[in-house]
Amino acid sequence: MALLEIQDLHVEVAGKEILRGISLDVEAGKVHAIMGPNGSGKSTLSHVLAGRSGYDVTGGSVRYDGSDLLQMNADERARKGVFLAFQYPVEIPGVTTTTFLRQALNAGRRERGEPELDAMEFVKVIRRKTKELGITDDLLKRPVNVGFSGGEKKRNEILQMAILEPRLAVLDETDSGLDIDALKVVSDGINAQRSDDRGVLLITHYQRLLDYVVPDRVHVLAQGCIVKSGGKELALELEKSGYAEFLDAAAA
Amino acid sequence: MDAKTTDSAPFLDRLEAVDTDQPDWAAALRRAGLAVYREEGLPHAKVEAWKYTRLDGLTRSAFEPGISAPDGITVPDGRIADMAGAHRLVFVNGCYRAELSDDGLADEGIEIVNLGKPGAAPGWVAEHMGRVLDLDGMPLAALNAALWGDGVAIKLADGAQLQKPLHLIFLAAASTPAMFQSRHLLIAGRDSRAAVIESHLGLEGAPTFSNSVVEMILEEDAVLDHAKLVDETEHAYHIAATALSLAGQARYNGFVLTLGGRVVRNETRVRLAAAGAECCLAGAYVADGEAHVDNTVFIDHAGPGAASRVVFKGVIGDTARGVFQGKTLVRQYAQKTDGHQLHKALLLSSGAEVNAKPELEIYADDVKCGHGATAAQLDEDMVFYLLARGIPEAQARQLLTEAFLGDVVDEIASPEIAAAMSAALTRRLAGINADHGA
Ligand SMILES: Nc1ncnc2c1ncn2[C@@H]1O[C@H](COP(=O)(O)OP(=O)(O)O)[C@@H](O)[C@H]1O
Ligand SMILES: [Mg+2]
Repeated sequence: MALLEIQDLHVEVAGKEILRGISLDVEAGKVHAIMGPNGSGKSTLSHVLAGRSGYDVTGGSVRYDGSDLLQMNADERARKGVFLAFQYPVEIPGVTTTTFLRQALNAGRRERGEPELDAMEFVKVIRRKTKELGITDDLLKRPVNVGFSGGEKKRNEILQMAILEPRLAVLDETDSGLDIDALKVVSDGINAQRSDDRGVLLITHYQRLLDYVVPDRVHVLAQGCIVKSGGKELALELEKSGYAEFLDAAAA
Repeated sequence: MDAKTTDSAPFLDRLEAVDTDQPDWAAALRRAGLAVYREEGLPHAKVEAWKYTRLDGLTRSAFEPGISAPDGITVPDGRIADMAGAHRLVFVNGCYRAELSDDGLADEGIEIVNLGKPGAAPGWVAEHMGRVLDLDGMPLAALNAALWGDGVAIKLADGAQLQKPLHLIFLAAASTPAMFQSRHLLIAGRDSRAAVIESHLGLEGAPTFSNSVVEMILEEDAVLDHAKLVDETEHAYHIAATALSLAGQARYNGFVLTLGGRVVRNETRVRLAAAGAECCLAGAYVADGEAHVDNTVFIDHAGPGAASRVVFKGVIGDTARGVFQGKTLVRQYAQKTDGHQLHKALLLSSGAEVNAKPELEIYADDVKCGHGATAAQLDEDMVFYLLARGIPEAQARQLLTEAFLGDVVDEIASPEIAAAMSAALTRRLAGINADHGA
C-alpha cells in the first residue's frame, strides 16, 4: 500500500472540470515531481489534497495511509501528517509566527497523544530547526508572512514543514521566484525531510529545483491529466523540448 | 399602573421609593432630571440619537428598585477585570457594600465619599454634581438624575496621585427584575494622576436594568486612565453615560470593553475645553446571541489646539448587532484641532448586523480631522492557512478574531490595564467561535 493513492480523480471548480482523471501513487520514502504548464491544474491538485473547500470531487478516490483522505477536514488531514507548502502563502496580520507555529505544533501533538509543549520547550524546538535550516529566527516575532519578501515566505513554509514533520509533504512551486541562495535553503530543507517513512509530492514549473532535490519519479500534468510519467531524466527532456508536445497530447 | 407613569415615560412611579430628606443640590438635580424625562420620555424610533437602539423591551419586565441580592454574594474574581492590587469599591444592585470593599484608602490628597446619604456629602460634591452632563436630549441620564440612589465621589487634590488603581465593581444579581441607577463623580485636580477601572458584571438570575451616570472633571494637566468592562447577562439592560470635561493639557485615556448584555449602550461625551487637552478613547466589543451593543461617542472640541482619537472595534456573531455613533464637533474657535475616529466591525455570521455612523461637524477652517468605518468578515484564505497547519477550526477563527481586536487593545496607555482588558477579551473569545468546532 502506498502512502498516498490517487485513483481516477476528477475535480470541478465552479462547474468547470479542472482535473480530468488523475491516478498517482506516492510511496513512503519517495519523491514524486509533478511538472506542467501554468493552468494545468497543479495547484488545484494540491488544494484538493489539503482539503480546501470550493473544489467538487466528481469522481475517483484519494487514500492516505489506508484511509479515505477526502472524508477528513483540512485541519484533521494536517494533524495526521499531510502538509501543503502554499504557492502563495497568505499574510496574517496580528498573529505572530511564534503563536501560530506553537498552536499548529501542539494541535498535531494532541492528535498523536503527545504532551503539548510549553513556551520554553517550544522555543528550543524552533531554535534547533532554524539553525538546521540556516534561517534567522527574527521572522518568528513578526506576524505570519506580513511584509515578508517572496523568498522569506517560501522559507517560512519550509520552516513550518521542518517543525511539523509531516508524513506527506505537498510542495506547490516552492521554488518559483527564489534566487539561488534561497533555492539552496529550500532544497536543503526538503532533502532533510526525506526519509523512509515520508513521501514528497514536489510540484514545480521548472526543472531547476530537480537538480537539487532529485526525484524518484516525474509526472507531466497537462490540462488536468497526467500525460507522461518517467524517471528523473524526464525532467531534463522537458527542459529541452518544453511542454508543447504534451499540450497537444492532452488536447487530443 | 400608577397615575404618574405613562406609556412614554415609564418608571416615574419608582420616585416614591426615593428618600425625600435631601440637601438642596440633590433635590435640584432630581427636579431637573424629572423635568427632562417627563418631557422626552423613553426614546422612541424617531429620536435620532437612539434610532438604532430601541428600549421598548424595558417595559416588558417589571423592573423594581431596591431589590436585594442573594445572601452571601461574593465578587467572582475570574470574571472582573484582573487588576490585582487595585483598591476595590463594590456595589451590588447599585448599592455600595462596605463589607465587600477595601477600606481606608489613605493616599495623600485623595477623598473618596459614598453618595448613599447625599446629606453627608461635602461641598465639592454639591458644587460639581450634575455640572458636566447636560441632560437635554439625554432622557436616560435624566431618569438617572431623578432616581439615582447611590454612588461614589472621588476628589484628587492638585498634584495628588492615586497610588493604586481604583477598581469600581458593580455586580448585578437579583431573583426578580431589578433596576438600579448609580451616579458617580470624579474631580481630578491640576496635575493629578489616577487610574480608575469599572467592572460591571451580571450574575445569573432575573433581568436587570442598570442606568448609570459618571461625571469626570479633569483640571489642567491632570491625567486619567479609565477603563470600563461590561459583562452583563443576556437578559440585562446596561445604559451608561460617561461625561467628561477636560481643561488645558489634561489627558484622558479611556477604554470601553463590552463582553455581555442584552442591550448595552455606552455613551461617552467629552468636552475638550482648552488648548493641549487630549482624549484618546478606544473600545472593543464582542456581541453574540441576540446582544445589542451600542457605543455612542460625542467629542466636543470647544477650545483650540486639542486632540481627540476615537477607535472602536467590534466582533459580532449570531443575530447580534453592533452600533457605533461617533460625532466629533469642532467649534468655530477650535482651530488646530486634531480629531480622528474609526470604527471597524468583524461580522462572524450572516445574521450579524452593524450600524456605524461616524460624523464630523466642523466650523473651524484649520483642522486635521478624519473618520472611517468598515465592516468585514474573516478572511477565508487566512482560515484555510491555519487549518492547513492542523489548527482546529474554532481555534483558528478565535486566533483571527483576537488578531482583529488586538490592535485596539494596543491603544491603551497603561500596560497594566491593557493586560487586564486583553485577558478578559481572550477569555470571552474562547466561547464565540466554538460552534465552528469539528
Ligand atoms: N477558484 C477558481 N475558479 C475558477 N477557475 C479556477 C479557480 N482556481 C483555478 N481555476 C482554473 O483551474 C485551472 C487550473 O488552475 P491551477 O490549478 O491554479 O493551475 P496551476 O497551478 O497548474 O497553474 C486554470 O484554468 C484556472 O483558471
Ligand atoms: Mg499553481
